[in-house]
Amino acid sequence: MEFETVIGLEVHVELLTKSKVFCSCTTEFGGEVNTHCCPVCLGMPGVLPVLNKKAVEYAIKAALALNCEIPEFSKFDRKNYFYPDLPKAYQISQYDLPLARKGYIEIEVDGKPKRIGINRIHLEEDAGKLIHEEGKSYSLVDLNRTGVPLIEIVSEPDIRTPEEAWLYLNKLKTILQYIEVSDCKMEEGSLRCDTNISLRPKGSDKFGTKVELKNLGSFRAVRRSLEYEEKRQREILESGGVVIQETRRWDEARGITIPLRSKEEAHDYRYFPDPDLVPIVIDREWVEKLKSELPELPDARKKRYMEEYGLPAYDAGVITASKALANFFEECVSQYHDPKTVSNWVMSEMLGILNETGREVDEIPFKPEQLVKMLKMIDNGTISGKIAKEVFREMFDTGKDPEAIVKEKGLTQISDEKELEKIAKKVIEENPKSVEDYKKGKEKALGFLVGQIMKETRGKANPQLVNKILKELLS
Amino acid sequence: MNLSELTIHEAHELLSKREISSEELTKAVLDRIDKVEEDIKAFLTVDKERALEISKKVDKEGDFSSPLAGIPVAIKDNICTKDLKTTCASKILANFVPPYDATVCEKLKSEKAVIIGKTNMDEFAMGSSTENSGFFATRNPWDVDRVPGGSSGGSAAAVAADECIFALGSDTGGSIRQPASYCGVVGLKPTYGRVSRYGLVAYASSLDQIGPITKDVTDCAMVLNAIAGWDERDSTSVNLPVPDFTKSLVEDVKGMKMGLPKEYLGEGIEPEVREAVLSAARVFENLGACVEEISLPHTEYALWAYYIIAPAEASSNLARYDGIRYGVRAKDYDDLIDLYKKTRSEGFGREVKRRIMLGTYALSSGYYDAYYLKAQKVRTLVKADFDRAFEKYDVIIAPTAPTPAFRIGEKTGDPLKMYMSDVCTIPVNMAGLPAISIPCGFSGGLPVGLQIIGKPFDEATVIRAAYTFERATDFHTKKPAL
Repeated sequence: MEFETVIGLEVHVELLTKSKVFCSCTTEFGGEVNTHCCPVCLGMPGVLPVLNKKAVEYAIKAALALNCEIPEFSKFDRKNYFYPDLPKAYQISQYDLPLARKGYIEIEVDGKPKRIGINRIHLEEDAGKLIHEEGKSYSLVDLNRTGVPLIEIVSEPDIRTPEEAWLYLNKLKTILQYIEVSDCKMEEGSLRCDTNISLRPKGSDKFGTKVELKNLGSFRAVRRSLEYEEKRQREILESGGVVIQETRRWDEARGITIPLRSKEEAHDYRYFPDPDLVPIVIDREWVEKLKSELPELPDARKKRYMEEYGLPAYDAGVITASKALANFFEECVSQYHDPKTVSNWVMSEMLGILNETGREVDEIPFKPEQLVKMLKMIDNGTISGKIAKEVFREMFDTGKDPEAIVKEKGLTQISDEKELEKIAKKVIEENPKSVEDYKKGKEKALGFLVGQIMKETRGKANPQLVNKILKELLS
Repeated sequence: MNLSELTIHEAHELLSKREISSEELTKAVLDRIDKVEEDIKAFLTVDKERALEISKKVDKEGDFSSPLAGIPVAIKDNICTKDLKTTCASKILANFVPPYDATVCEKLKSEKAVIIGKTNMDEFAMGSSTENSGFFATRNPWDVDRVPGGSSGGSAAAVAADECIFALGSDTGGSIRQPASYCGVVGLKPTYGRVSRYGLVAYASSLDQIGPITKDVTDCAMVLNAIAGWDERDSTSVNLPVPDFTKSLVEDVKGMKMGLPKEYLGEGIEPEVREAVLSAARVFENLGACVEEISLPHTEYALWAYYIIAPAEASSNLARYDGIRYGVRAKDYDDLIDLYKKTRSEGFGREVKRRIMLGTYALSSGYYDAYYLKAQKVRTLVKADFDRAFEKYDVIIAPTAPTPAFRIGEKTGDPLKMYMSDVCTIPVNMAGLPAISIPCGFSGGLPVGLQIIGKPFDEATVIRAAYTFERATDFHTKKPAL
């Protein structure tokens, strides 16, 4: 039997507000343990939460960027459970009246756009962290993160492959970074993802038994765990077995999922409206204002790059996937006549070095105008394209101006015909065999001779001139 | 006359004229505590040294422009006091010293009041007799074999026994008014949202409200002036202008329309209590008010809905007492779950556990609609009864409690009987209304309280009616023989 995979994602994203969602403590990541706390986020007796308007604003911005509807009326509920990282023993969250509903994200599958529905987005507070020390009979609690605002974005079960899940996550991350409501750093926990996956016979409109996956530390882990789970469930079903509804934990090292808790062991969170907070009534004008303030989103930007700059879809997609990269690109283009050249440098050299060094776009030590300066040096023959790559790397390592680098290292292109002729004559003299080959019609031999001249000049010779001179000398 | 017997306004006058000092007044109150506390047991903590220190400081500064300056006040032990133990009369918080003041305490301190100690109560404000204290029971100054009421029994008894000049209590289902009634003093539950709850250890957040317990209505208005007002730290406090309530201390109820709900005078109300309330109604009529019988048909359901909503909220509010960060932790435990179980089993008393279980059950998946949701609907109906009545009437008068103070131990074995002692006060919390209890008579030598219920945020009219009654009668001048 052929099966269809059904996947849904629950993504938690920390909002970039300066202070926590229900008190004025800082949300800064890191810091000495238990120093970003106050009686309110510590859940001391008698304290009360006060909603941070900025958190609502950021959540609404996210909701608008994800094409959601924003109901006028929303409220907070308490989700009750005991755990040492949850000081009040309940999390302030939203149950039946979330801030936003019915949105979607568009991804590209097989070259065609596909919409993944978003069921809801709600605002809640983050919990703290437990620190388990090796070999100790106790655990420690750090409550710095307690009360940092989170939005939970729940997708519809519209995802059909692990690849689509991966695309959805990347798109979601890009959008949220574009509107600057979250930095979406999975390694710092500012983006977390749980998944639901089930299989059903192809053509069936009923859902199969779903399994929830947890402990997914990276987008790669999301994809790998879904691939594993898809296979595991298919094997069970194909051998006539039954998938058990449960929560499973992804074991990254072993590359497998293992049972965490069954449906029967699931918590009863006893949600009820939080009596310490008044319902949120969202002002329409405010929403319209936030909507009008949204920046250009990745899809629109990609389209513009293709239309305005004539970039291929692939280039436009890669560059606009990062807001910082796209900003860098655009600033270059505003000072340089040929977007495709800029795109080539950004796509190959820049992304290459970034990947190699693991650095972020905002860590690039030089400014767009410096890259433009370098491109212009190629155009006016000061340096060759090949030398430019060397200069580019030096710019990356030192942040120095291309002109300074070229000067310091003596990389200026040799375009003095007389000097080049002298070197060419010397090379011709030293390589009679190649000269002979060329004269016999072996075009390749010319390349070799050019190479020798480049070697002689440590790559500084103007290649067009060298070609011209050689041809003249050998004709 | 002993200085400890003074009211706020009497003491304020003497302090202003420098006829007495705050130190003398504070000493007199502390001496009184020394003398009667063994019989009354109103206090969990007496902060003697600091109180004297502060009174001296107030004297030295010499600014008595605030009516509360230099006046000794007792605070119910579920209201957080910075650097002063706040236990909620629970073993689980036996060692808890808050690093912050409740907003009301900040306000009292800025008015230069002198906090002399923390008063006993039913554990986490759950109870009607102060017998549920995790430490000891408080006794009624009028008859030490009887309860002072609850849960603010310590505060009411302390005021009645002159162990303070005034006190603060909290009222979730009658916890200020019922003990005020039992102890023959004045107790006001303000409108929900009138006084900040920040720093009040939550029992049932949608019902809790802090209010004054005083020797007369004038004092009540003065204290309300000091503690009322919007607080940015409490989202449920309401940003409305606060009138000067002392302006309502006028003897005038002419033309005031008063409703007397028949449901509050029927079955279960002791005849002498009914008689006292009916004669209070006649006093009002003689003063020119118009008293008419009315009906609040959903009254009988209020109590039962309350015992769903309040425990539901409590089950969540009290979950934080888990022995992890503060308070008392059980000594021996095997693992995390065992730590939770033992800490909470040992730390909470019977009634608290009962309500946590009731509330947990009511919120559980599959029962929520039948209990919690239904109770909220009842709450809406109860409120609608009052709304309708207030279309026609300015205030509603009723007994505060169905009986006077009962004997210690009389109801401890029967929770339902105990719950019934709040039957007249609970609907008011459910509707979020302001209500005062003032002395209106005696039954077998024990005080009886008259409850005057007002429109939302109309404490002023409640105070005016109460003041007018007080001036026309002398019940408030009676003191227990101690």
